[in-house]
Amino acid sequence: MLLELRNVSKSYPTGEGKLPVLRGVSLMLEAGESLALTGESGSGKSTLLHLAGGLDQPDTGEVLVDGRDIARLGDKDLAAYRRSTVGLVFQQFNLIPSIDVAANLAFQARLAGRYDAAWNATLADRLGLSKFLSRFPEQLSGGQQQRVAIGRALAVKPRLILADEPTGNLDEETGDAVLDLMLSLQVEAGAALLMVTHSLRLAGRMQRRLHLSGGRLS
Amino acid sequence: MAWQAFKVLLSHWRRRPVQLAMLLLGLALATALWSAVQAINGEARASYARAAAVLGQDRLDALARADGGRFPQSEFIALSKAGWRVTPVLEGEKRFGPERLRIIGIDPLTLPPAAAQVDVMRDDIGLLSFITPPGILLVSGETAERLRGVVTPPLRINDTLPPGTALTDIGIAQSLLEAPGEVSRLMIWPEQLSALPPLDAVAPDLIRRAPVIESDLSRLTDSFHLNLTAFGLLAFAVGLFIVHSAIGLAFEQRRPVFRTLRSLGVPLRMLVFLLGAELLSFSILAGLAGVALGYGVAWALLPDVAASLEGLYGAEVAGTLTIRPSVWGLGLAIAVAGTMVSAGTRLWRIATMPLLAPARPRAWSLASERALRLQALGGAALLGVSALLVTAGTGLVAGFIMLGAMLLGAALLLPLVLSLFLKLGGRAAKGVVVQWFWADTRQQLPGLSLALMALLLALAANAGVGTMVESFRLTFVGWLDQRLASELYVTTRSLEESGKVRSWLETRSDAVLPIWHADVQLVGQPVQIYGVTDHTTYRDHWPLLEAVPDVWGLVVRGEGALANEQLARRGGLGLGDQVNLPGGRSMAIAGVFSDYGNPKGQLIIGNHLLDELYPDASRLRYAVRVAPQKVPELAADLRTTFGLPQGNVVDQAAVKAFSLRIFERTFAVTAALNVLTLGVAALAIFASLLTLAGMRLSQLAPAWAMGLTLGNLAGLEILRSVALAAFTFVAAIPVGLALAWILLAVINVEAFGWRLPMHVFPLEWLRLFVLAVASAIIAALLPALHLMRLAPARLLKVFADER
Repeated sequence: MLLELRNVSKSYPTGEGKLPVLRGVSLMLEAGESLALTGESGSGKSTLLHLAGGLDQPDTGEVLVDGRDIARLGDKDLAAYRRSTVGLVFQQFNLIPSIDVAANLAFQARLAGRYDAAWNATLADRLGLSKFLSRFPEQLSGGQQQRVAIGRALAVKPRLILADEPTGNLDEETGDAVLDLMLSLQVEAGAALLMVTHSLRLAGRMQRRLHLSGGRLS
Repeated sequence: MAWQAFKVLLSHWRRRPVQLAMLLLGLALATALWSAVQAINGEARASYARAAAVLGQDRLDALARADGGRFPQSEFIALSKAGWRVTPVLEGEKRFGPERLRIIGIDPLTLPPAAAQVDVMRDDIGLLSFITPPGILLVSGETAERLRGVVTPPLRINDTLPPGTALTDIGIAQSLLEAPGEVSRLMIWPEQLSALPPLDAVAPDLIRRAPVIESDLSRLTDSFHLNLTAFGLLAFAVGLFIVHSAIGLAFEQRRPVFRTLRSLGVPLRMLVFLLGAELLSFSILAGLAGVALGYGVAWALLPDVAASLEGLYGAEVAGTLTIRPSVWGLGLAIAVAGTMVSAGTRLWRIATMPLLAPARPRAWSLASERALRLQALGGAALLGVSALLVTAGTGLVAGFIMLGAMLLGAALLLPLVLSLFLKLGGRAAKGVVVQWFWADTRQQLPGLSLALMALLLALAANAGVGTMVESFRLTFVGWLDQRLASELYVTTRSLEESGKVRSWLETRSDAVLPIWHADVQLVGQPVQIYGVTDHTTYRDHWPLLEAVPDVWGLVVRGEGALANEQLARRGGLGLGDQVNLPGGRSMAIAGVFSDYGNPKGQLIIGNHLLDELYPDASRLRYAVRVAPQKVPELAADLRTTFGLPQGNVVDQAAVKAFSLRIFERTFAVTAALNVLTLGVAALAIFASLLTLAGMRLSQLAPAWAMGLTLGNLAGLEILRSVALAAFTFVAAIPVGLALAWILLAVINVEAFGWRLPMHVFPLEWLRLFVLAVASAIIAALLPALHLMRLAPARLLKVFADER
């Protein structure tokens, strides 16, 4: 099992006390599998994604990756986990504005010491970014930026891709094209994909689908 | 509606108290340094005005000799007999122990009401006590305090007198100054009888002088105060960088609010008015705090300034501060004006902003390459103006314009220069994090450029002024060694004692060199003429800047004179030029010598010529050549034999120590202002980093998400600040050297009348580098610590906020 969440709970402090977001959630994801996580706004989808990505830690429960509980890791090890195991794709792309497309694509892979020039060139080619490698993020359209974000996540050859509304900022046609690309590259890379989405249409294209409501999975 | 809108605008600051604090602090500090300088200048000028107003000199005409020398009292008697209503005044300097006093002798019985500074008929003075020995010295409270424990005639306090001045009866003054039967001037009553004989018929040797509206001191010290004002302005400009940055950020952050307010029906004019009112209230608040703080700084600096003024110009300045409405008014005005100048372009943008203009919260930091190039072009043009003035400009004002244009030009060029540095750094970088570091630093440049420009100015000022001071110190110490070649300096108390001491010393030392001088007016300025005897001490040691062959032979034979550098520059005198000495002798300039720290012009002629031309010259001081090991014994013998006070027999080391002490105090003020300016610049960086920190999260969060720890990121933030400060330091060194050159070769020559050679002190730069890096680390530390301790939830908000 690549990813397993066991009885994970998470709450956030608010002015009126603690607000529970996840209440005893458990899920499993195999290598190479794709899973869609749907739910209303505020249902805890992104929180679950953040916990799986080692960006946040649960109040209780375990987040196991290859059987190792990442919730118990220290800051350095968590950073190493994010660097080497996870590829993150955000709705707002979150590219690094100060470096060009080529550097953005290679950033995480080089950070993890896994830079593969040939794989990077393949990605750039498949994502239609070859012409834009020397441009800066602000010089690209939204669709192009999201393709760079996907390329960046895949360049590190992650075992787990976590995508948070990756097409939420794109029009339907562009969004579909980007998702097609992501899914095919995910299969090629043999990575598992956990995608958060509002869209049932997009969720239907994943191998499995889970719905999060009131902090519980159904 | 206006109040509701105002409350909404103010709510921005309530949510960002640090930003508000930075704005107020920047403005208050800028105003403080400016106000401190104004308060110091105001105090000094008031002292000069008091000095000028003594005995109504600023209102009454006076009769005096054309060369400024004293004349016989018989002239007064002749004029009085002819019906002229005049009153005699004798003025001169007298040492009482370590203190030097300006003695003014008056005749209380003939003093016109306009000159009656004191009522000698008062019970605590009494006419009889005033005019009969030992007499009474009227002095200010401060002077009386300084004279505590020193033997003087009885003192009475009169606080209308300037510090360092003593008023006494003319008979007592004649005795104290050893000028029996002499007067310096006759003051003319405004009311005179009709049908008087013409003045030139009764007193042909005297000329009538108009009231002294502006004192010599005021003129002499103008350049010093201009120097201080320039420093105050520099500090103010550095402070304004903080204000400009804080206002710019606040305006851009509130763009969506402006848009919302306008779409909800707040008229554009009202919005601009409310923003103006908001800034006005901030500037008044910060201005008041700044002036109060300025008084604190002035209070701390005034003793050093007073010492500088006395050391450089012999000007006595009161050591206490007076609260002056003009300082408050000017401080507030400059705070308000500075704020409005800083906010002008922002207000204009709001006034011309279309209702549906998109909110661009980071627009302020995204200066385009084109804007950068335009700014650099402006900077280059200013540097051109400065270079042009080097060849074409003359005068102190041109010197300051040259200096200002150079500094501002360099500051405007800085962002482009730094951008090039960072580009080169990026190209040379190998690792991904290092590459990102350079690229990210370059991207931060527009947001930090104002603070870095402030740092450049502060570093350049420190390097430049430091170079000037150290060059001065090196030259001054060497010069002192030359000039103070004699081992012992003796000041006698009377002519009779002078003769006895000289005879006594001649048998006990290698040489006794008279230090005799006459005070005269020459080429329109007060000049001291000294006489020298023929001795190798002068030939071997005197610090000549230029001279004709056999200069000392010419001087001793009465065929040539030596002028000090300030007299030569002010009077336009060069080698071979003739100078007309009062007394009817014309003399060629045979040499020019350096005379640092002397406010007055000085001429050296042969001692026998001084005797012949100026029989009234002061003949009380001697320099004694004697084997160094014999100095303590000889000094002790002198004191015992003649009962000379401690301060009248001083060895070379004591004179040097005293001169160096004066020197150190002279530059203590500039050093303090330098450090404060650097502090303000560090604050500017801190303010910019702190305000940028909040906006940086969206740029740092992805790097964190991809595997950099918060510790890595915080370390990089500090390193970025250090790198920028280091590059700014590198850019500041040539600017500082140019500043030092302008100060040494242009400003000082105009201000003080002497030019110093420029020396370079790389170790001082190292100290400055450490200071710059330390400032950068301190400025970045808080934002970095904040970043390091950031809860993941805050970073996750970056991703969550976007939906």
